[in-house]
Amino acid sequence: MLPEAAHHPHNPALAHQFDSLEQQTEAATLGMWVFLVTEVLFFGGLFATYAIYRAWYPTAFAAASHELDVTLGTINTVVLITSSLTMALAVHAAQLAQRKLVLLFLAGTMILGAVFLGIKGVEYYHKFVEHHVPGPGFQFEREYFRHAQLFFSLYFLMTGLHALHMVIGIGIMLVMFWWAWRGTITAEYYSPIEISGLYWHFVDIVWIFLFPLLYLIGRHGP
Amino acid sequence: MPTVILPPRHYLNDGYGIASWLLTRDHKRIALLYLAAVTFFFFIGGAFAVLIRLELATPVGDLVTDATYNKLFTMHGVMMVFFFLIPVIPSVLGNFLVPIMVGAKDLAFPKLNLASWYIYMVGAAFTTYSIVTGGLDTGWTFYTPFSTVSSTSNVISAALGIFVTGFSSILTGLNFIVTIHRMRAPGMTWFRMPLFLWSTYATSLIMVLGTPVLAITILLVASERMFHFGFFDPALGGDPVLFQHLFWFYSHPAVYIMVLPAMGVISELVAAFCRKKVFGYGFVAFASLGIAVLGFLVWGHHMFVAGQSVYAALIFSILSFLVAIPSAVKVFNWTATMYKGSISWQTPMLYAIGFIGLFTIGGLTGLFLAAVGLDVHVTDTYFIVAHFHYIMVGGTIMGYLGGLHYWWPKISGRLYNEPLAKFSALVIFVGFNLTFFPQFILGYLGMPRRYHAYPPEFQVLNVLSSAGASILGVGYLIPMVYLMWSLRYGRLAGSNPWGAVGLEWTTTSPPPTENFAETPEVTWDAYEYGAPVEGHVA
Amino acid sequence: MWTGTPLFPESASTMAGRVDALYFFLVALSVFFSLLIAGLIVFYAVKYRRRAPDSVGAEIHGGLVLELTWTIVPFLITMVIFVWGASVFFAMARPPDETLNIYVVGKQWMWKFQHLDGQREINELHVPVGRPVKLIMTSEDVIHDVFVPAFRVKADVIPGRYTNIWFQPTKPGRYHLFCAEYCGTKHSGMVGEVVVMDPSEYQTWLTGGAREGSLASAGAKLFQDLACNTCHRPDAQGRGPVLEGLFGKTITLQNGVTMTVDEAYVRESILQPAAKVAAGFQPIMPTFQGLVSEEQLLELIEYVKSLQALPQVQAR
Repeated sequence: MLPEAAHHPHNPALAHQFDSLEQQTEAATLGMWVFLVTEVLFFGGLFATYAIYRAWYPTAFAAASHELDVTLGTINTVVLITSSLTMALAVHAAQLAQRKLVLLFLAGTMILGAVFLGIKGVEYYHKFVEHHVPGPGFQFEREYFRHAQLFFSLYFLMTGLHALHMVIGIGIMLVMFWWAWRGTITAEYYSPIEISGLYWHFVDIVWIFLFPLLYLIGRHGP
Repeated sequence: MPTVILPPRHYLNDGYGIASWLLTRDHKRIALLYLAAVTFFFFIGGAFAVLIRLELATPVGDLVTDATYNKLFTMHGVMMVFFFLIPVIPSVLGNFLVPIMVGAKDLAFPKLNLASWYIYMVGAAFTTYSIVTGGLDTGWTFYTPFSTVSSTSNVISAALGIFVTGFSSILTGLNFIVTIHRMRAPGMTWFRMPLFLWSTYATSLIMVLGTPVLAITILLVASERMFHFGFFDPALGGDPVLFQHLFWFYSHPAVYIMVLPAMGVISELVAAFCRKKVFGYGFVAFASLGIAVLGFLVWGHHMFVAGQSVYAALIFSILSFLVAIPSAVKVFNWTATMYKGSISWQTPMLYAIGFIGLFTIGGLTGLFLAAVGLDVHVTDTYFIVAHFHYIMVGGTIMGYLGGLHYWWPKISGRLYNEPLAKFSALVIFVGFNLTFFPQFILGYLGMPRRYHAYPPEFQVLNVLSSAGASILGVGYLIPMVYLMWSLRYGRLAGSNPWGAVGLEWTTTSPPPTENFAETPEVTWDAYEYGAPVEGHVA
Repeated sequence: MWTGTPLFPESASTMAGRVDALYFFLVALSVFFSLLIAGLIVFYAVKYRRRAPDSVGAEIHGGLVLELTWTIVPFLITMVIFVWGASVFFAMARPPDETLNIYVVGKQWMWKFQHLDGQREINELHVPVGRPVKLIMTSEDVIHDVFVPAFRVKADVIPGRYTNIWFQPTKPGRYHLFCAEYCGTKHSGMVGEVVVMDPSEYQTWLTGGAREGSLASAGAKLFQDLACNTCHRPDAQGRGPVLEGLFGKTITLQNGVTMTVDEAYVRESILQPAAKVAAGFQPIMPTFQGLVSEEQLLELIEYVKSLQALPQVQAR
């Protein structure tokens, strides 16, 4: 055992394989970054597919993109960016051991996340009603029919995967809320909040890319 | 000679009962959970291979129907690639050794490690379900539009099985990367690490960066099949060749996931059984990283006849030649290590020598394939089949068996029957070459892959190959017998039966659960066998 | 048993010798390096075998010069192979200007060959010796692949696209043709033969047998039946571009991009007319997706190819 460990009592959060809480925190942070890199590659394959088909069928993609609700999409973008703000505030509060604020901001993040998902659900419903869901019931102008269907396939897959990541993120926040409630999170041990925050910010960044690529094709001003 | 005794408390007797195994966080027990699983799936994949070779002994399809044959080679490939070759060395030997070699008590994330095993098992369950309920017939490569539009087999369940298992690979790689970065014992700098850790690190980079792309590709295939999305269907505006780009972007680096860990094992074996430092340690270490990086840039060499542009083909060709160089550098360095070594002919070294020879042949045939004008003739023929089996079986599996025999005393505390082990190594070597060398000739003759029936003039070579396969099969069964036997009746090994140098040999055999009573402080380079420096080569 | 076992394929095309030369070079290189490495490791294993149980190996420090040597020498060798392989590949990828064109449609699990003057063959392809032949290929369903080992040629046959290969046969005979991309149940049954004939025999074969008229004439009839002629008129009064003399020319599209009018462009213009509209024309052509088969597309393409430029060329 390293000499220091004999003198300092273990933080109950220290796992047995680590020599110090600092090592544990560094390992957890590196682990989350590596995981986020895998997520970049994961979404990256989808973005690459999108890029290729958009390059091949620009007018059809623009026509399909115009059928998306830019207002709802913009609201969702603002909602998600705000939730990243509340997340960052939660991390900050955790560093300062302000338990009530941590709980408040975590709750805010979760609520905003739920609002995002709700609005997404409304959008999906609209697409269903307008027969823009790919499959036998799909309807679109004859000229762009096939490629618009491709656009909507990508739209549902990309936003659907993103939404799934949001759901998982809300689940993680629930666990963080519970830990903060219980007092597991302290000024010394707040790294779980921090790395959960990394995940949440990542999911936000994916949306920042999705929004213009899906909603704003060809919508430049005069 | 002092009598060897088992340590009173070690990881195998530290808790009994099924729960102590299924809920373990000990990386060594998790390694054994993987060992049981991958061995089981290896023999399933091997059974499919036996049926394939039996069918191919005659030119007509007389053993199974064509539809069944297509399922046999598909399932052989799927089982062997995703459930054996990719996980075997990282999840069995890597899991067992990485913490011990860095001087730590466990990996960075032990619970995640256990989760990786469960994820692997869930994926395997999905895939096994798809086998027993009718099978998969798309080839392990799932090319579209056949897999999305035409196949009537269990594509979605098999694809989801592979999708799930991919996460096991990603999380294992993540665990290794963080462990190697953050948990090395004091004094263990990067350049004091054993080369097995360098290979494992490079492999983990590939696992973490490449596997997600396979995951999304599989998701695209499954969603196209379920919801008729049309990403790869020309009738709906999609491009079937796009699938190939996405698929091979992972699956080429995947072959380096399969061979890099074996190369890491070979470095350890050569050092231990020549009792000297690996020649050119730094070059071997960087060669591993070089292979990992370059391996991501060559995927188009699987598509030289698939309709990509001439210029794309040439770029992929030149990069494919470049990726061969670091592998050649490693072979030369291992050979040079043997110069003036103190070489023991024990079983692990026989496997290491076998690896070097067979990997050299397999790698050289890769040059044939990188040369585009020649690849046009041999791609999609048995030449390719022979090439990748030389690397994966002559390479990876021999590396794995060498490592398994080398570290068996550490893992189990027992010694296996050495004459029988040498005999099996010989049987495997002979059987392997008889199985796969004729396939190079068959491929240049023009026998395509995945053929159930073939022109009669190809029969003699096929019979030779099938005969070799039966010998190879026997060769793989014998170690099962004597290794299991040794668990109960083998001589006790003691902490260092080979007289090797490495942190793992400073612990008891089997090691205690926490590996080290005290965190070691490392003040020596890897493979310090202590001989006075005899010479400098320019 | 051994008499019927060839160990090397027949060489029956102008390309075969070039491919084989590269192959033999690589075989020699591989034998050399395999024997070198195998020889060294066996030699060292014997010469330096452990004699005393406690003996260790000598510690020899590696050096930069040796490492660089065995990095740079393999690099140079591989670059030679690269250039050689690339030059063979360029020759394969560039058919000569004058080729005998034959259309190929692959479908599960058979090959349909269409000679320009109307001869149709299934799974058997007759070609004359000594002339370059170009196969223009597409698939009706999944990806297939045309592979003729004796000619050393291979190319995937892809749905929705045309791919091509060319070869010049050098010896009359019958040669295997295999499908070399797994395509389902009867993949190993999707085989055929290329029958290479002396030129005079080939002519006899061409003119004999039942034919339905050339591809181009079938295309002409289809052009009328589908009413293409109402917009594509030879007198530039139609709502669509004049097709006479158009095939092979470079045109400008609405968005300013230039394109060569080749088989792929004609096919796309029939199936997705709005994709690449010629400059100066409206995107009003209806799509014929689902109304024409792959073979009918080939007939229309051959018809368009056959339309010569008219004597009085109107300025466009």
